[in-house]
Amino acid sequence: MLDISALLEELKRSPYEEISIRAPHCGRIGFSPALKEGMAVYGPQGEFKEKAGTLLAHIERERNLKEVSCPERGEIIAVHRDLHEKFVEAGTELVRLRHFLSRPEAEKRILQKALHLFLAPERARYYFVPSKDIKIKTAGPRSVSVRDGEEVFIMSRMKRETPLQYNGPDGVIYAVYFSHAASVESFTPLIGVCPPDMLAQVEEVVLRVQTEWKERY
Amino acid sequence: MRMHIMETEKHIQRLHERLAYIRDIFADKDEPDISLLAAALEKHLLRSPSLNPVELREAASVLEELFAFTERKLDRELIPMDLVRIVRHPQRVCLRDILENVYDSYTEIGSMDEHSIDPSMVIARAYITRSRGKRSFNQSVMIIGHEKGHGEDFRNGGSAKPWGNAKALHYMKVAETENIPIHTFVFTPGSYPVEDTPGAAQQIAANIYEMASLRVPVISVISEGGSGGAEAIALADRRLMLSHGYYSVISPEGAAAIEGRLRGDGRAANDLVEACAKRMKITAADNLRMGYVDHVVPEPHLGARPFHYDFFRTLRHELLRVTDEISISMRSLGPFRELRLRGRRKRAARGLDFEKAYVRWNLPPSAQIRLVNRRHKKYRQLSRQAAPDNTPLSRRVSAVWQEVGWGLYSHFMRDMIQKRRQKVAEYVDEVKSEWTLFFERVLSPWNRLLDKILGASERVNRETMRKLTELSEWNVSLEQRGGNWVYVSARAREDRAVSCPNAQVHGCLDLWAPDLYGEFAGVCPNCGHHFPMEYQWYLHNVFDQGSIFEFAADVECGNPLEMENFTPKLEEAKKKTGHKSACMVFETRIHDARLIVAMLIGDFRGGTVGAAEGEKFIRAAERAARKRVPFLAYVHGTAGIRIQEGTNGLIQMPRCTMAVRRYIDAGGLYIVCYDTNSYAGPVASFLGCSPYQFGIRSANVGFAGPGVIAETTGMAPPPHYHNVYKALARGHIQGIWDRREMRFNLSRALLTMGGRNLYYR
Repeated sequence: MLDISALLEELKRSPYEEISIRAPHCGRIGFSPALKEGMAVYGPQGEFKEKAGTLLAHIERERNLKEVSCPERGEIIAVHRDLHEKFVEAGTELVRLRHFLSRPEAEKRILQKALHLFLAPERARYYFVPSKDIKIKTAGPRSVSVRDGEEVFIMSRMKRETPLQYNGPDGVIYAVYFSHAASVESFTPLIGVCPPDMLAQVEEVVLRVQTEWKERY
Repeated sequence: MRMHIMETEKHIQRLHERLAYIRDIFADKDEPDISLLAAALEKHLLRSPSLNPVELREAASVLEELFAFTERKLDRELIPMDLVRIVRHPQRVCLRDILENVYDSYTEIGSMDEHSIDPSMVIARAYITRSRGKRSFNQSVMIIGHEKGHGEDFRNGGSAKPWGNAKALHYMKVAETENIPIHTFVFTPGSYPVEDTPGAAQQIAANIYEMASLRVPVISVISEGGSGGAEAIALADRRLMLSHGYYSVISPEGAAAIEGRLRGDGRAANDLVEACAKRMKITAADNLRMGYVDHVVPEPHLGARPFHYDFFRTLRHELLRVTDEISISMRSLGPFRELRLRGRRKRAARGLDFEKAYVRWNLPPSAQIRLVNRRHKKYRQLSRQAAPDNTPLSRRVSAVWQEVGWGLYSHFMRDMIQKRRQKVAEYVDEVKSEWTLFFERVLSPWNRLLDKILGASERVNRETMRKLTELSEWNVSLEQRGGNWVYVSARAREDRAVSCPNAQVHGCLDLWAPDLYGEFAGVCPNCGHHFPMEYQWYLHNVFDQGSIFEFAADVECGNPLEMENFTPKLEEAKKKTGHKSACMVFETRIHDARLIVAMLIGDFRGGTVGAAEGEKFIRAAERAARKRVPFLAYVHGTAGIRIQEGTNGLIQMPRCTMAVRRYIDAGGLYIVCYDTNSYAGPVASFLGCSPYQFGIRSANVGFAGPGVIAETTGMAPPPHYHNVYKALARGHIQGIWDRREMRFNLSRALLTMGGRNLYYR
């Protein structure tokens, strides 16, 4: 059985992920003069992520100068200065970044391991069958349990409605990832199902993440 | 006694409001006169409890006189930026006040406060009661105007949305059907810059295009005339302007931001904003002098507010006078028209009461045609002084003769001979078809027998069989010429790689510049992204070789407002491009089909349009009409109207649109092709009004750039908001062309979309 508390403790011990930023192709590297270890950097910003992240370096190939910008926010832990003004091969590590997980990211990681995610088989609109829908609307999704092979969804595509069976371990619906009348891409999660005996534990860990998790940057 | 105290308190309250208004107008500047007023009011308040009613009334009267005197004095010292603050002040008269006080009765159409498709655009049917002898008449008018609503949030400051402008146009057409005059009131800082269908630019263009030939008198009154938003309803037979209003191509803050090269959230310093407001010549007096308004309606000192009933009387008087004048000058019999008008003006000077001098406002069909012609003539004459024409006299004279010659030739060849020839050809065609049908029937038994003996397949033409069974050949004279371009960009000589902006999304590999700018014609072979190319590429690769003949090249753009540091910038642009303006007009051929092209060059001051560009564009449209050939507007790039020319530039929106309207009405084929980036005024007028607009792939077409949209609406537009594909999906343009196939597509467009007067085949 999955020990969720241990999972959380492990995540707390190293609340970040390390991202290696590599040369997209071969070329001569020139690091940004302001770049140094310990520096806080930002990923793409703006409502549509239209503003590039912090400029890390320039790479020049065939007199074509390109910018290498930061893909995520975080802290620089290593800059390979020795490569400055040198020709590098594609895939050479230039900068190492420590991206500290945000609260939703930490929660998502735990839930991904603890829950069984049921994926949409096709690009369509999805609804719960009326019996489940009423229950979810009145008492919330966690009051609804699902069994393997049970008809839980209605898949609506081009105005044709097809019943859809749930496949996976029995449990309660912990999270619903789709909304009414919105089209869902294929292979994106519809629901996250939690075995009944683990429900209390998952709820507790999520609560702990929400209250105890410290965000940096 | 109690009544008296209440009146005094009300009076003091009003004085407080007047003082606050003065402070707002002068933006809390340290004016000694304002301090004096404040001190006098304070002193009066301190003294008033100890005064008896008679003394109190006297003191109040003295204070009132002091206020009136100071307002008079301050009014003389107003600078243009103060006028901007006056028109933007919540106490400024708004359309509702005018409807209440100028007209005898009105019914708002399609709106009740915020319950409207666009509360910033108000439409109303109103009437004015006048008399002749003992009879009285209710004269109907269609009122269309921006409503600022004394600062009501939902009015959006009078910034009409595209659907608000569409509603205005709808009711202009209604007025035309009902044959009643239109009074438009311009109270807008500018249009709301969203591209949602019908689209800010496209709708303004549609409005101007339709207003150009509305068959009823249109009178516009301008209080705040902000750029394209104003033009959407301001094209009129007579333009009145309130003396404390402004009419400008851009807000002074916007001009200062450009002047100060500010980007993002940066704000220009007050001094710079005030200087820009002054330099752009935005006041009523300036616009009257330049000829862009016909008459200035005087306002009370420091601007009209809702309690200035004399102002409303003056405005009513002016509206009656002007509407009558238009009506008389169009209706009366030719020889008596001027006499009647002159007599009326004399009587008006002696104090003629317009309320008692009823004149019919509906126009008979002949007067309607005269009205439209007069309107076109009036706008054609505007802004000529702002675009110096340095063509030598001898060439000018010969050009006039040529024009006369073309006119006569076209009339003789096209209107007389060609029409008859066409009729004969139609008759011959009909006879031929009948004969063919008859002949086929007679021969059908014989043909059937032949089919049975030889088999139907044997009779398939050899050429048809070859076409169906062999691979097609590359036609080098059409479409992409196999990458063998006549003109190759200078960038193709550089030994370097270029990245496609879509590399991350589509995985495009870096491209070698000689390939990209040479054989590929600036098109990414993987994703089809079009890199911007020089306008010369189009000149040489789209049109027939050696067929370009430029005209009106000596019409030169100048600095009509004498803006500081602008002349050297213009000279630099002229030197860089070798052109005297951002518009090049020429005659050319494509597959031997003659056409006239007006090209806006993006390299010359961003392709901005000023008086010279407008004049050249109009001459091109007129030449195309005279020669009965198609007219193409190729937009290599345009950033809008040239702000340094102020209203001299802004007026090109209606001027050029009217030229296009004349051309299309005469049966011309007007095609627009957008390349790179095309924004603002030109798109919202003479380009956007074309029924056939095409975009070169990867081009951007829109009204305002992303920065302006974010600043005005508070919402950042999504990426690729102005991309041609989005423009096509919204219905703004009619197709997207690949640059390499422009010659082919243009040629096909000429063959498939022709007007009745075109003889290009």
